[in-house]
Amino acid sequence: MRKSIYLDYAATTPVDPRVVKAMLPYFTEKFGNTMSLHSFGQEAKGALEESREAVADLMGAKPNEIIFTSSATESNNLALKGVALANKEKRNHLIISQIEHPCIMESAKWLESQGFEITRLKVDKYGLVSPDDVRKAIRKDTILVSIIHASNEIGTIQPIAEIGKIIKKSNIQYQKSKIYFHTDAAQTLGKIPIDVNKMNIDLLTASSHKMYGPKGAACLFVREGTKIEPLLHGGGHETGLRSSTVNVAAIVGFAEACKICQKGVKKEAQREIKLRNKLIKGVLGKIKGSHLNGHPQKRLPNNANFWFEFIEGESMVIQLDLIGIAASTGSACSSAKLEPSHVLLAIGLKPEEAHGSLRLTLGRWTTEKEINYVLKVLPETIKKLRKISPFKKSFKF
Amino acid sequence: MKLYSKEVMKHFIHPQNVGKMKNYDGLGKAGNLKCGDIMYLYIKVGKDEGGKEIIKNISFETFGCTIAIANTSLLTTMVKGKTLKEALKITKEDLLKRFGRVPLVKIHCSLLAVDALGEAIYDYLSKNKKPIPKELRERHERVERDKEIIEIRHKELVEIEEELHQKTKHIK
Repeated sequence: MRKSIYLDYAATTPVDPRVVKAMLPYFTEKFGNTMSLHSFGQEAKGALEESREAVADLMGAKPNEIIFTSSATESNNLALKGVALANKEKRNHLIISQIEHPCIMESAKWLESQGFEITRLKVDKYGLVSPDDVRKAIRKDTILVSIIHASNEIGTIQPIAEIGKIIKKSNIQYQKSKIYFHTDAAQTLGKIPIDVNKMNIDLLTASSHKMYGPKGAACLFVREGTKIEPLLHGGGHETGLRSSTVNVAAIVGFAEACKICQKGVKKEAQREIKLRNKLIKGVLGKIKGSHLNGHPQKRLPNNANFWFEFIEGESMVIQLDLIGIAASTGSACSSAKLEPSHVLLAIGLKPEEAHGSLRLTLGRWTTEKEINYVLKVLPETIKKLRKISPFKKSFKF
Repeated sequence: MKLYSKEVMKHFIHPQNVGKMKNYDGLGKAGNLKCGDIMYLYIKVGKDEGGKEIIKNISFETFGCTIAIANTSLLTTMVKGKTLKEALKITKEDLLKRFGRVPLVKIHCSLLAVDALGEAIYDYLSKNKKPIPKELRERHERVERDKEIIEIRHKELVEIEEELHQKTKHIK
């Protein structure tokens, strides 16, 4: 059988062999508990603190501002609930966008059920949040603004630095209590440069398995002085913010993945942008009734997201899998809820258009040959499904 | 373990009886755009040697997921050549039995295929002023009610569906 072409790097990435190598000793030889006082524990603790430095470095943070967690979902829950609950005495309001990851959307919904007020900012047809809308939404009782750095679905990169500036200005001008700024950077850290100080970010979520590290490790950057409550109480790990025995091997892997990204982030981004542009241009040119979702320029280097008229995405993904291409869709049929993607609806797609969406995300091992193959076979796949659909036009290929 | 069984994939990869039918005797529609499945089933009615009405020819068009496509394909192969009475006896459980394993959230797709067939037969019988069995009438009323709910909730979607289908009506 032909080797499969993996174009779902936004879902998860393979672990870089260099990362695996760095992790291996921490399963069998250096297996200690970071809280133990003996040499095994000290060794593990040392590895943990070195890892903290590497992760902090990649975003311009201080090591003591990095809290390791198990997943981006956990980090996002901690950021929203932790900051909201720690600051609830005088304030009651949070701002998010309509195109956040489900773990932010659901955390906000839960906070709403606990009496907090949530503003969900609209986005334009490219999925962009307007910094001016953020400014207008800020109130005296606003605790936190949380905007995803780049959409996991459509790849649109938000003007985070501009939003950060607005929040900083508003903090200086009006507020006695600080408004915190959180961004979910699960899709961006290691792919595009991030500096938490230059961008005025107070909290930032990043995830290991989206950047060639293992699953089970993630982090939340928490700026010094931020008022935040833990979600997990216990032995006081991670300066009391996240009790749990530390998953040292996974965190060492996460740190190694950060080091690798730091070396080549710009060069790799340029390589992926070139391939992605070829893919987008090819698809839109070769397939009639195809449309790009997200912003044409302000998008993740590795993200291409389309919708195709008259066909449904789940059957498209299964069809592509049969010919060796791994892709993803925002169609309702692919989700447990049987509802189309909230992100695609937020950018103005009708439900039946969102049903026809296809996400292709590139990565470190994507080659031009693979993109050429996709461009060769994708039109046939679309044609086959349109033949079955009651909504076809006489498309010529 | 694969997501879909062999039988599902067989019908998905090589769907049988695909396409719009010219001069059909009955057309049945089921599904809604919100959850993403729309099925159109066309039937041509003939007579067997004993003079009983049979489904002489059948074809389908489906906008939908893997299971929705496989379901309609399977159903067409099961009822082709059968009498109308036999065809109406087929239930979603019969389809599910043939498919083996089906993800839980996809079970409603099987019902949609059965509904579309019932609607096609209802369309034929009512257009030709033939007696309609009580069960079929009840089934039709349920499908209509479902549609009504969908129409109230998603009027716009139904309009889009009509518009899309109009656009393609005259293309072979």
